[in-house]
Amino acid sequence: MIPEIGYGMVIVAFLLAGYGAVAAGVGGRTGRTALVESAQHAALGVFALVTCALLLLAYAFLTFDFSLRYVAMNTNLATPYYYRLTAVWGALEGSIVLWAWMVALYTLIIVLRHRHNAREFYPWVLTVMLSVLAFFLLVMAVPAPPFERITPAPMNGRGLNPLLEDSGMITHPVALYLGFTGLTVPFAFAIAALATGRVGDRWITLTRRWAITAWYFLSLGLLIGGWWSYHVLGWGGYWAWDPVENAAFMPWLTATAFLHSVMIQERRRMLKLWNIGLVILTFSLTLFGTFLTRSGVIASVHAFTQGSIGMFFLAFLSIVVLTSLGLLAWRWEALSAEGELDSVVSRESAFLLNNVLLVAATFTVFFGTVFPLLSEAVRGVKVSVGAPFFNQVNIPVFLGLIFLMGVGPLIAWRRASRDNLRRNFVWPVIIGAASAGLFFGLGVRSTIAIISLALTVFVAVTIAVDYLRALRARRRMGEALLPAMGGLLVRHNRRYGGFVIHLGILVIAVGVTGSQAWSLHREATLQRGESVELAGYKFQFDNLSSREAGNHFLVESTFKVTNGKAGTRELRPAKKFYPQEQSPIAHVDYHLGLVDDLYLVLGDFARDGSQATVKVQVNRMVSWIWIGGFILTLGAILAILPERGERRKTA
Amino acid sequence: MKKLPLKPKFLVGIAIVALALVYMIYAGVSQSAVYFVTPSELKAAPKAGKAYRLGGMVEKGSVSWKPATLDLSFRISDGQANVPVRHTGTPPDLFGEGRGAVVEGRWTNDGYFHATQILAKHSEEYKAPHDAASPGYQELMKSLRTDQK
Repeated sequence: MIPEIGYGMVIVAFLLAGYGAVAAGVGGRTGRTALVESAQHAALGVFALVTCALLLLAYAFLTFDFSLRYVAMNTNLATPYYYRLTAVWGALEGSIVLWAWMVALYTLIIVLRHRHNAREFYPWVLTVMLSVLAFFLLVMAVPAPPFERITPAPMNGRGLNPLLEDSGMITHPVALYLGFTGLTVPFAFAIAALATGRVGDRWITLTRRWAITAWYFLSLGLLIGGWWSYHVLGWGGYWAWDPVENAAFMPWLTATAFLHSVMIQERRRMLKLWNIGLVILTFSLTLFGTFLTRSGVIASVHAFTQGSIGMFFLAFLSIVVLTSLGLLAWRWEALSAEGELDSVVSRESAFLLNNVLLVAATFTVFFGTVFPLLSEAVRGVKVSVGAPFFNQVNIPVFLGLIFLMGVGPLIAWRRASRDNLRRNFVWPVIIGAASAGLFFGLGVRSTIAIISLALTVFVAVTIAVDYLRALRARRRMGEALLPAMGGLLVRHNRRYGGFVIHLGILVIAVGVTGSQAWSLHREATLQRGESVELAGYKFQFDNLSSREAGNHFLVESTFKVTNGKAGTRELRPAKKFYPQEQSPIAHVDYHLGLVDDLYLVLGDFARDGSQATVKVQVNRMVSWIWIGGFILTLGAILAILPERGERRKTA
Repeated sequence: MKKLPLKPKFLVGIAIVALALVYMIYAGVSQSAVYFVTPSELKAAPKAGKAYRLGGMVEKGSVSWKPATLDLSFRISDGQANVPVRHTGTPPDLFGEGRGAVVEGRWTNDGYFHATQILAKHSEEYKAPHDAASPGYQELMKSLRTDQK
């Protein structure tokens, strides 16, 4: 029964969403509030139905209902319950259900939050959200049906891809999709702004927190993806410039650009067209990424099922882009700027350059990702560019962005005076330059590493200068130190939230720089008792044993690690044999440290346990990336809190 | 005349950034372009020292792996031609005879392909669900258990 019920719910939800989209649009155009209210009810109905569909799918997984093809393909009787739950979004069909559910959830929140405070945009926002929902429900009904029946139902399922049996895989898609779907909301408001002709600041003010929230979840998704790649895949890296990663990274870059460029519009009433364009681009890139990775046009190491779904996404993407361009052309006159850029040395131009660089990085990533397609179409040969291309082109761009991260927040609006520059940047420049010398003195010889680290110091000092100055002003007013420190953060939460996020990014930058410059690895075959040395650590192969572990069979090696000073440490890299898989899967063992991560991968072993081939890595400063992620989280929370000024206005 | 959206000096600045980017992309592509070839294509026109991605099937009976020296050698075939490949390092988990693989590296004058990276591929076609009763798995577990005390 479950397949039929689920399928029925999807169809009804699709029809409801389609109806609601049209009703809201007509209601908005004619001013008939009854129609808009009817669309609102449709939106609530869709949310209820998609929620039930998601729960039904989870129920099918929990009860091993192998009459559903999707359940049979992604679970088996040995899968523990928590992985059965996360298997709901472990593959294509289910991930679309989760995606649709999140769009429905956001639509619900829009109904609750913006029904009254965004009256002018509301009908159109509903139209866009419900259209997007209708599209995803169509995908669930036709090319990627999660409720498809399989007859006869197998006795046992195939099982989840073992690489997905990890906590990172539970959270990574959730965060990523919260980001992707969250970006639908600013897009919906941008389209509503175009449809109503109210392209001023109002839609930006309304969606500011939506945009930061979505951006944060996207960042979190990328970071968790990196963490998963690092501790599961066993190649010792966290980012490979794989098409799937790039697909998520491109909207992140344009969303970052948007978060910055809106500040210019709010302050100087410029870049209206640019901002709307960025939001449309960001949303289109989320669809493009899905098309790219699910259609099989680009080979990726990520194994995804493929089918006609890519064409659906391409068609929807075309509709989105054409509609948006049409609306932009229609409102062209209203989108002209009211202010003007005056001086090159000003905050506006720092932000403008930041945007140009972010879009440039997006273009680079886009170009590198689709390059195999381009070269095949133009020259008939399959040529791809790998990680070296992306690194080579993006490193200067990212260094430029870090530099601007220091300049942008402190330089004066309109035209920076000599005094403004001196007041803000003398110390950061001096300390940054001194740090470059210090790093060189400490033995850093990579030019890129020195520049990157010195820029990081420069930016950190600008943040400190700003904070300390504000703190001193408060102290002069007679505030005690600690209340003044906290009060600053809370009262100017948007500004300092941004600074904390910047700090998080700086810490991540240090981690990336350090790991690229100083990580070491080697591979060796050892007899029992033999050891291999790397970076002052001695790794001794002690033992090899095997046992059954839940749903798989485990061959585990034991290594003793010593480094002369601290005590010994034991690491147990292993190989896992899953009955449903033809190949074993390496299970990395690692010890994370602030500077050195010890990272062991068991490569090969003799069946009598006398010999093991092992990949030994000492990865440097990788932990800084995860620490940066935590700092970024704090900053995002601070920035998402309601603004002090905003609250006063509404009160 | 219609007013420019930005003052000329900003447009010049953006143009400079764009040109620099185009140059960097051009330089990047010409330095790190990797050609994807099949064994037949490589055999037809091998160029020593050029970066290739060679894709095909790992030929049955061609794999030799010496743990002591970490020497791995095998042949990649597309049914018509085969190319000998050498690599230093453990074969990846998904690597195996009769399976697809993509190797990245360079053709050498000594008549073999020197692979710096092996990307073993998941088989694309649907595999019938098989459980712990499948002989291969049972046999492996048994041999692993008896081999170790």
